[in-house]
Amino acid sequence: MSEKIPVTVLTGYLGAGKTTLLNRILTEDHGKKFAVIVNEFGETGIDGDLVVGADEEVFEMNNGCICCTVRGDLIRILDGLMKRKGKFDAIIVETTGLADPAPVAQTFFVDQDVGDATKLDAVVTVTDAKWLTERLKDAPEAKNQIAFADVIIINKVDLVSAEELAEVEAAIRAINPYAKLHKTTRCDLPIDQLLDRNAFDLDRILDIEPDFLESGHHHHHSDEVRSMSFTIPGDVDPDKFMPWINDISQAQGPNILRSKGILAFKDEPRRFVFQGVHMILDGDLQRDWKADETRNSRLVFIGRDLDESELRKGFLACAA
Amino acid sequence: MDTITKPVSLREHVVPIEAGAHVVAAHWLKSALALALADGRVLRWRDGEAESVEPHAGGILSACTDGERLITGGDDGRVVATGAEGEPTEIARDPKRRWIDAVTLSGSGSLAWNTGKTVHSRDDKGRVKSLDFVTTPQGLVFAPKGYRLAVAQMNGVSLWYPNTEAKPEFLEWKGSHLDVIWSPDGRFVVSSMQENALHGWRLGDKPTHMRMTGYPAKPRSLSWSHDGLWLASSGADAAIVWPFQGEGPTGKAPRECGARHAKVTRVAFHPKALVLAVGYDDGCILMIRLTDASELLVRPAIKASGVTAFAWDKLGKRLAFGTEDGVAGVLTLPAG
Repeated sequence: MSEKIPVTVLTGYLGAGKTTLLNRILTEDHGKKFAVIVNEFGETGIDGDLVVGADEEVFEMNNGCICCTVRGDLIRILDGLMKRKGKFDAIIVETTGLADPAPVAQTFFVDQDVGDATKLDAVVTVTDAKWLTERLKDAPEAKNQIAFADVIIINKVDLVSAEELAEVEAAIRAINPYAKLHKTTRCDLPIDQLLDRNAFDLDRILDIEPDFLESGHHHHHSDEVRSMSFTIPGDVDPDKFMPWINDISQAQGPNILRSKGILAFKDEPRRFVFQGVHMILDGDLQRDWKADETRNSRLVFIGRDLDESELRKGFLACAA
Repeated sequence: MDTITKPVSLREHVVPIEAGAHVVAAHWLKSALALALADGRVLRWRDGEAESVEPHAGGILSACTDGERLITGGDDGRVVATGAEGEPTEIARDPKRRWIDAVTLSGSGSLAWNTGKTVHSRDDKGRVKSLDFVTTPQGLVFAPKGYRLAVAQMNGVSLWYPNTEAKPEFLEWKGSHLDVIWSPDGRFVVSSMQENALHGWRLGDKPTHMRMTGYPAKPRSLSWSHDGLWLASSGADAAIVWPFQGEGPTGKAPRECGARHAKVTRVAFHPKALVLAVGYDDGCILMIRLTDASELLVRPAIKASGVTAFAWDKLGKRLAFGTEDGVAGVLTLPAG
């Protein structure tokens, strides 16, 4: 099996600056070739090597759960692109401003052919500094896009005051404290800050940013979508944890937008790293705990209407 | 008696062909072989001589044949016909350059292809009818008799008479249907599914369902035996062959042929005998006789060279194959 091709998913509300960013990525002198999957083919004027139009067709999976969805058009397109492996280095998927990023992310977990050939590198969300506060009030999609992001760009910062910017940042952090945040004008950002991030690979991101899952962020409890993190200062019992996390995902999956965790299992030298989108969980034993690392077990949920004290109680009961 | 013997090898009867790109499909045009390649070329090969033409600016996504021309659909939004000789000719072009990832031909020369959510069908007189679907049409196949087209899509398969105004009949089954195949006697329609399964319908006044499940991967390659009594499929670590005698496979176990530690990617029944060519994702090709399960080795496992295309010639004397890393070959069966 050859190297998996990295895929960056680009999302953001209408007019936030996605196309500006895309053109910046494609025209900058980086020597990389991209295949670009866009929703409005032919209308954006993108100057790419291989530009494909997609129609964002969402398939419900056959388990009858409305949150377990994949993008059927994406599967077809990736399948077609894989026949031309070697012609490009990476794939960028642009989604419409109104799209829910979940079916895109789930596609990489659920479809085996897609998962074998590609890996989700990062979900990048572009936001508009001037209008985000408004959008968070009236557009649930904007909130979902922030909740899903691994990298968030606050664009058009030249249009707001320092106070307004601080307000926007706080609003984003209340929903998603774990994403990498960049502030830009016209999306002027070195592309190495965006691509090859391995941000969806939790193990990698924790190596780069060890505080990634640290708690201590301020939560706005009035917010509908919010994040919560829990820590057990030591090992957990996999025989308690696995059934618990499965039950939580099954029961509360529709409300859990993203979940992530890194756990020390009893008598296991390797770190167990998992992540989830709604009800779909993906986890594996990865590298060994280093000698100078504290064996902590940490868990993060980003979601809607989640009962924090109930989740905390459940997780703490998994301690070894 | 010792029945576990190493497969007898046919390797020395294989002539290699350097295709140079992922082989999307292989078809015989009389005595010439045409390989549709993912870089937009069609490689024509005849008795060791190869030349390539470029019908598409981009990649070829699908191909079919009437035995004289190779019809290809590309990501340049074009449908092109390439003969065994001469220049390719364009049959259709999508103004928006949308991908054409399904093309199919009928025995009488009708042609169908998809663009976006639309299916276009051109009868043997060249009249084109188009129909919009609610979800993206995927696999296409004509009925063995009559001008009727099966269209795989979300939650079922539509059976459409392009020359009538009647609404297509919809064979409903929840889930995403990918490829579709019609049995040679016209009694069965079978689709492959996103959910690692095949689903079939026995046609009639009230079509009945046939569920064929248990695949570890998507069964994307399907092939009928020459007598129409067996349907071979990919998607497992053996070729799964379903019995279609009588009422179909319901309640019957499939045959499993050529079990190895690799995933079957392509299957192709011999046109005149109960012999199945089986290609795997590790590059191996076996020839298996259904009657006694004897195996012949056509190609050993070769890393990153998974089998992507098969084509028997009309008489069943030669088998062409293609792989994901651009290697192809022709096996000529030894006489006798």
